[in-house]
Amino acid sequence: MALTSRGAARVVPLAPAVVLLALFMLGPVVWSFYGSFTNASLTGPAALNPEWIGLDNYAALIGDPDFPKSLWLTVVFVFLSAVVGQNVMGIMLAGLLRSAVKPVRSIASTVVVAAWVLPEIVAAFAAYAFFHSEGTLNTMLGGLGITGPDWLYSTPMLAVIIANIWRGTAFSMMVYSAALAEVPPELTEAAQLDGANGMQRLAWVTLPVIRRSISTNLMLTTLQTLSVFTLIYVMTGGGPGTDSSTLPILAYQEAFKFAQVGYGTAIATVMIIVGAVFSVIYIRALRPEVD
Amino acid sequence: MRTARFFIAPVTAAALALSLGACGSGGGGTDDGTIKVAYQKFGNFTQADELFKDVKADFEEANPDITVELVPIEAQQNDYFTKLALMNRSPSTAPDVMYEDTYMIKSDVEAGYLAPLDDYLAEWDEWDQFVDSAKEAGAGDDGKTYGVSMGTDTRGLWFNKDVLANAGLPEDWAPTSWDELLEAARAIKESDPDVIPFNIYSGKPQGEAAVMQGFEMLLYGTGDTLYEDSKWVLGSQGFVESLEFLETVFSEGLAPTPQQALDTNIGNTVQAEWLPQGKVGIALDGSWVAGNWLESGVAPWPEWSEKMGTAPMPTQDGQEPGAVSMSGGWTLAMGAGSKNPDAAFEFISMALNRENSLWFDVANSQIAVRTDVAEDPEYTKSNPTTEFFTDLVDVTHFRPATSDYPKVSNEIMVAMEAVMTGQQTPEEAAAAYDEAVVGIVGEENTTQG
Repeated sequence: MALTSRGAARVVPLAPAVVLLALFMLGPVVWSFYGSFTNASLTGPAALNPEWIGLDNYAALIGDPDFPKSLWLTVVFVFLSAVVGQNVMGIMLAGLLRSAVKPVRSIASTVVVAAWVLPEIVAAFAAYAFFHSEGTLNTMLGGLGITGPDWLYSTPMLAVIIANIWRGTAFSMMVYSAALAEVPPELTEAAQLDGANGMQRLAWVTLPVIRRSISTNLMLTTLQTLSVFTLIYVMTGGGPGTDSSTLPILAYQEAFKFAQVGYGTAIATVMIIVGAVFSVIYIRALRPEVD
Repeated sequence: MRTARFFIAPVTAAALALSLGACGSGGGGTDDGTIKVAYQKFGNFTQADELFKDVKADFEEANPDITVELVPIEAQQNDYFTKLALMNRSPSTAPDVMYEDTYMIKSDVEAGYLAPLDDYLAEWDEWDQFVDSAKEAGAGDDGKTYGVSMGTDTRGLWFNKDVLANAGLPEDWAPTSWDELLEAARAIKESDPDVIPFNIYSGKPQGEAAVMQGFEMLLYGTGDTLYEDSKWVLGSQGFVESLEFLETVFSEGLAPTPQQALDTNIGNTVQAEWLPQGKVGIALDGSWVAGNWLESGVAPWPEWSEKMGTAPMPTQDGQEPGAVSMSGGWTLAMGAGSKNPDAAFEFISMALNRENSLWFDVANSQIAVRTDVAEDPEYTKSNPTTEFFTDLVDVTHFRPATSDYPKVSNEIMVAMEAVMTGQQTPEEAAAAYDEAVVGIVGEENTTQG
């Protein structure tokens, strides 16, 4: 009896947070999942009375040639801009800045963090203005006598990937700066005495020590990048054609441009699954063996 | 000007992305003392905004206990439909009166967004001034009337006489087939490579404008059609050949570059800048374009009537009737959830009375649908092209009047964009379209063309 009331007393302060999370996080997920089994629409008869159509949306998705392309573009975008770009750049910057002199360190980290501090829409517009055919990059290239291509049109994925690396690296850099500061100096010194060179120390001492930061950071940047919408929408609108339509853009287009809300939520559900798969992989691959 | 344009597209996109997210949550709610009027205001199209501001003042003077809340939606056409639909989905944001495209009416009736107006129209003594085709344009599938027409439009070729003269083409140029149109475009390109010879709207960002001003102006000139005997036509030769025409103009550089053509703002740019500045030779566009250049428009251009010429869009090989046009038009409709339908209809009838219809038709270069306006000298003399575009009514076509049309139209945009960017051949894009249409309407509602 005493135990139960104590248990209840412990739950009470948690309740508001749980209710809020359920309402604003779980609610939309459940609604989206439900919606993906209906033909809900913004106009026409299905707007008034959406019908349960089972797995039809998913069947249509598999038959839609835009979908595999979009899935592939999403994987490319996430892998190159988050897994490779932001993480490698982040850890390199963090490492270099540790050994840099103070003024260099503060200037460099301010520049990097500036991109992170900008609201997404502002960063997206800055990237658009940079890559536009008459934008900053081509103006600079023009100064060197080079006529740059129309980046957003001829190489849309490259442009959005670079923009996302630029925008997101600061986060990884900060995570890794904190992690590197926690590496006990006696470990690296011992390795150095044993004759390990810089690369060996990084591979055999530093990385294993910070591997949990790596897994956390990989997971966070992956999930964040998976849902990037504003950056791509502003820069290329998913085009030309469907050449930079990642899953969030495709879902938006189907749900709001083409009014097929049910179909759009099916794409959103696929995104949730892709995110879950990535998360499971990270948790498994970087599981701490002994600590 | 250049910088300004350079900034507009992403900012609009951004504003849209932000506001769409916020749309569903709008609070408030319309009580009996307020009516909400939703309409589009975008780029060069400010005439509706001016009209409703005037009507609001008159209406509030006549009905002191009712406030009119104007909700201008600043979005490109297809995004306007989306935002309007999202507003309609929630009783707290649903408008009482809305500016509604005729082609969305049937679909929105089935969605339960619109209220039938028959009882009100029966008592409105000015309803018999509206021509029959305008009355039909506002009808739902159930035969009831849901929208009161503000005006209609036709489409044809606009050309800058100076640009054509440079290319050795006459002032009264009038092509009789697609080939003659292409020859003229090639001649312009040869005479001045910096000029865009021919503008045709194409691709997803242009939305329904691409489908109607672009694709359908081609298709309906091939003898084929989208919809026949209540079935959607698939696999027609005309469909592929229309896409081939697009492929030709984009691959030969006779049209704007695909990146220019896929800019959300190209419509504004063509009408307000490129045509007046002689940067575009020929433009396939609507009868309302001259509205930009009137004194009341956003880009006044007093000399336009001397500099610009018009010609009907020819059929593919000059087959009968020699020219082709498409007609649409916008209406005012009443929200199904309106708590104050009497006031909403009074607003509609005030906005579309003789005086206001006349003002709107002249300012927006619409073709009048009220006989008393059509006969008014102020209308007939308002614009030297009025007669030309009114005559095109003889060869005009209407879009398939079904609630599936908006969805099919989306698939046409997708096919156009795939062809203009070279991602698919016309045959592949047509095949993808056929497959998508079967998915939308079902195999049983299609026929082979």
